[in-house]
Amino acid sequence: MAGRALFDRAQAETEMIPNEPKITPELVAEHGLKPDEYERFVALIGREPTITELGIVSAMWNEHCSYKSSRLHLKTLPTKAPWVIQGPGENAGVIDIGDGLACVFKMESHNHPSYIEPYQGATTGVGGILRDVFTMGARPIAALNALRFGSPDHPKTRHLVAGVVAGIGGYGNSFGVPTVGGSVGFHSRYDGNILVNAMAVGIARADEIFYAKATGVGNPIVYLGSKTGRDGIHGATMASAEFDENSEEKRPTVQVGDPFAEKLLLEACLELMASGAVIAIQDMGAAGLTCSAVEMGAKGDLGIELDLDAVPCREEGMTAYEMMLSESQERMLMVLDPDKHDIAEAIFRKWGLDFAVIGKTTDTLRFVVKHKGEVVADLPIKELGDEAPVYDRPYIQNAFEPVLPPESVEAPMPNGEALVKLVGTPDLCSKRWVWEQYDHLILGNTVQTPGGDAAIVRVGDGPKGLAMTTDVTPRYCEADPVEGGKQAVAEAWRNITAVGGRPLAVTDNLNFGNPEKPEVMGQFVGCIRGIGEACRALDFPVVSGNVSLYNETQGRSILPTPTIGGVGLLDDVKVHATIAFRAAGEALVLIGETKGWLGQSVYLRDICGREAGAPPPVDLAAEKRNGDFVRGLIRSGRVRTVHDCSDGGLAVTLAEMAMAGGIGCTVDAVPDGLSAHAFLFGEDQARYVLAVPDEEAEAILREAAAAGVPAARIGSTGGETLTLPDEAPISLERLRTAHESWLPAYMAGQHA
Amino acid sequence: MKAAVITFPGSNRDGDVARALRQAGATVVSAWHADHELPHGTDLAVLPGGFSYGDYLRCGAIASRAPIMDAVRAHAARGGLVLGICNGFQILCESGLLPGVLMRNANLHFICRRQHLKVARADTAFTGRYHVGQVIDVCIAHGEGNYFCDEETLHELESEGRVAFRYCDAAGNTSREANPNGSLNNIAGVFSEGLNVLGMMPHPENLIDELVGGIDGRGLFESLAAA
Repeated sequence: MAGRALFDRAQAETEMIPNEPKITPELVAEHGLKPDEYERFVALIGREPTITELGIVSAMWNEHCSYKSSRLHLKTLPTKAPWVIQGPGENAGVIDIGDGLACVFKMESHNHPSYIEPYQGATTGVGGILRDVFTMGARPIAALNALRFGSPDHPKTRHLVAGVVAGIGGYGNSFGVPTVGGSVGFHSRYDGNILVNAMAVGIARADEIFYAKATGVGNPIVYLGSKTGRDGIHGATMASAEFDENSEEKRPTVQVGDPFAEKLLLEACLELMASGAVIAIQDMGAAGLTCSAVEMGAKGDLGIELDLDAVPCREEGMTAYEMMLSESQERMLMVLDPDKHDIAEAIFRKWGLDFAVIGKTTDTLRFVVKHKGEVVADLPIKELGDEAPVYDRPYIQNAFEPVLPPESVEAPMPNGEALVKLVGTPDLCSKRWVWEQYDHLILGNTVQTPGGDAAIVRVGDGPKGLAMTTDVTPRYCEADPVEGGKQAVAEAWRNITAVGGRPLAVTDNLNFGNPEKPEVMGQFVGCIRGIGEACRALDFPVVSGNVSLYNETQGRSILPTPTIGGVGLLDDVKVHATIAFRAAGEALVLIGETKGWLGQSVYLRDICGREAGAPPPVDLAAEKRNGDFVRGLIRSGRVRTVHDCSDGGLAVTLAEMAMAGGIGCTVDAVPDGLSAHAFLFGEDQARYVLAVPDEEAEAILREAAAAGVPAARIGSTGGETLTLPDEAPISLERLRTAHESWLPAYMAGQHA
Repeated sequence: MKAAVITFPGSNRDGDVARALRQAGATVVSAWHADHELPHGTDLAVLPGGFSYGDYLRCGAIASRAPIMDAVRAHAARGGLVLGICNGFQILCESGLLPGVLMRNANLHFICRRQHLKVARADTAFTGRYHVGQVIDVCIAHGEGNYFCDEETLHELESEGRVAFRYCDAAGNTSREANPNGSLNNIAGVFSEGLNVLGMMPHPENLIDELVGGIDGRGLFESLAAA
């Protein structure tokens, strides 16, 4: 765009948001409100709204904040268990982990901004989720993420990977929380919409959790943290629409993160909470001041009155509209105990942060906003939240992919060669290049670093530890949303189990395309059904989550990607399992039934070049039986080497165990009735590989049989090669080179 | 041994180093960047890792001008012990207590990984529990750890035996491949002229526990606690 045109455009844009223009249908449409939604709002307030009110309602009623397409379905998810202290609806979920401690965690997406501006999009994603956790009074102890990028040969992918990874590291490293786990995947369906899902986990005293619910009439409302600028206005609205070819022009709606400010905010907030001054607290996330103020009032059945003249601003001349919709980062809103005003202010001054009383609670149930002596908004506060539209959007059952008979898949190359190729594919290669840019060791409690099944973080000086993971297999969800939804939960449960953790609860981050399309809505509904079934069967409730819809560019949607973040407990963190082979001469025991399921397998896609078939079915009863058996062995101290089987099947599992331990292994034979490649690369669920001292193997097989758990001795550890049945041995060196080299070479621009 | 761990806005390994010192038997007290004095009776001033002042302007540049740094300089001038780790090393260089600068890593990325170091001398208050040539396994976590100084300074450091640690591989080779960030002569840490100030990029404070990676970092804190 030429300079002059750019100037004109900027002029036009500033003129578009003066304080009192007439509300036109165009203006309503630009705010993402449908005509009937606008009419509903006018009927609610009984007059034409001001521009500030229009901005407020657009912020409250957009998809991102109101969950209007998803709410009906989210309600079906199980959210309760005896150990759940707080389920969905607050800043983060809270579970009891015993001895007076609580674990606070949540996952949230920052997909749209990260595509437009990868570094800042990712940093503010991390910043937002950390804030959600410490708003509840918890000190963050770990961060995780789940990333999906487009095809490696798409021209933007390399730039997006570099920016997102640097952004996640840039924020977490500076804030001072270890980034201990995550996943990275590539698929052409993310070419125009990458996924950046960030998860944070914190620890608090179970009786010192802070909530957003305001109490008491006439209590001061205090603004904390960084100043308000013009960044991020309409960020939540952007996240509620599809991308088109002009989406990159939305860069100004991406917020800018400052981890330094967030670190100060963390320390100041925790100090403030300990002082007893906080009645309610809410971070300013999506839709900033609007959303946080309305939620605090609505939850507490109170009105809120704000005086915007007192809001600390970064720029001069900001309008009420801009202040109410800014998504400037590192800000909090708090209802203060008026008797503790001076103590609270001193804490914030000490940390060099803004502290301003900008309003008060009232008994009117109105949300009143004043600016320069004028009332610019006066709205019923409960209705802003509760009366948001709810849609029961039409959906169609997806056409399921038919089951692919194993015998219809021929092996195009020797299995050893296939294995070497698989461990070097974009999805299965080592992600060391990524996680070495994340400080995963700070705080000195990372017992299991990235590269294991689940990360393990010790809680303080122990003895407890938390196991945590993020999982989803989008290609399964695409082929069968219900089974895919089940599988995402089952895999998170399995990863926690594989390190010896007792799975306690999940946070879900549901990434889908445009819900106004019945087939996308069908994916959403199906995945939710599967997630619900699995969470119920595995006693693994959903305690927090986030929905990201409209991940679609020019009509092409992402693969359905319901990321599951799971947390589990280790009563004694010393007693856990890792994936690395520890010694030669140990017996390899395969737990779970192997049918050789190749439909939707990585082998089928990356070796045979087909994305086809139904995904492996998830038998939740078998999942539970097998997992409980494995966990029991770990917790009794009898088994210390475990890896679950997932992408790439048994052969990839063994290769990862061998590479991690620097010890090879031999698989004795292919079971009768299976072809070798189906046995080695099939992705049957509910399976684990254990390496156990030889003399223990027989007893374990007997106990498995007694427990109704399929178990078989399939080989032994030792040597410097991995040897598959009837194949030439593969040196660990060769595997390692293939595994470690793809990503660094790709990022250095050497190949796609 | 009384150690004062100084917290600057943005310090984030202050807790980690305090834990390591306490484990080694030192008495640990906190100091605040805006203070003008170190706590009474401080034997060792510790500048912890982190991103003081958000690394804005230049890593360590703003912190080096914080009020507490005058007290740290005076303490060092009296022969008092000063330890700067990671961002603390950057602050020491910026404040003139140690020579040289820490530039961006040669690969331009933040790097967090386990890292072997070779102990260059063991006759100091910081390294007495190690022996010369010992290879220790600790970790690094930094984006700006590429040590650089002019030739004359380098010559001085080397000839006066003021290099504390060098990056090496598991076998102790201080090769180019074992150098994670491009530092001159694989330098991972340097002493002041009086050997009472040590700045180092790696984090011994995160390797003090068998369960969390190993205990090779303990030697440094045990040396100090016994000093």
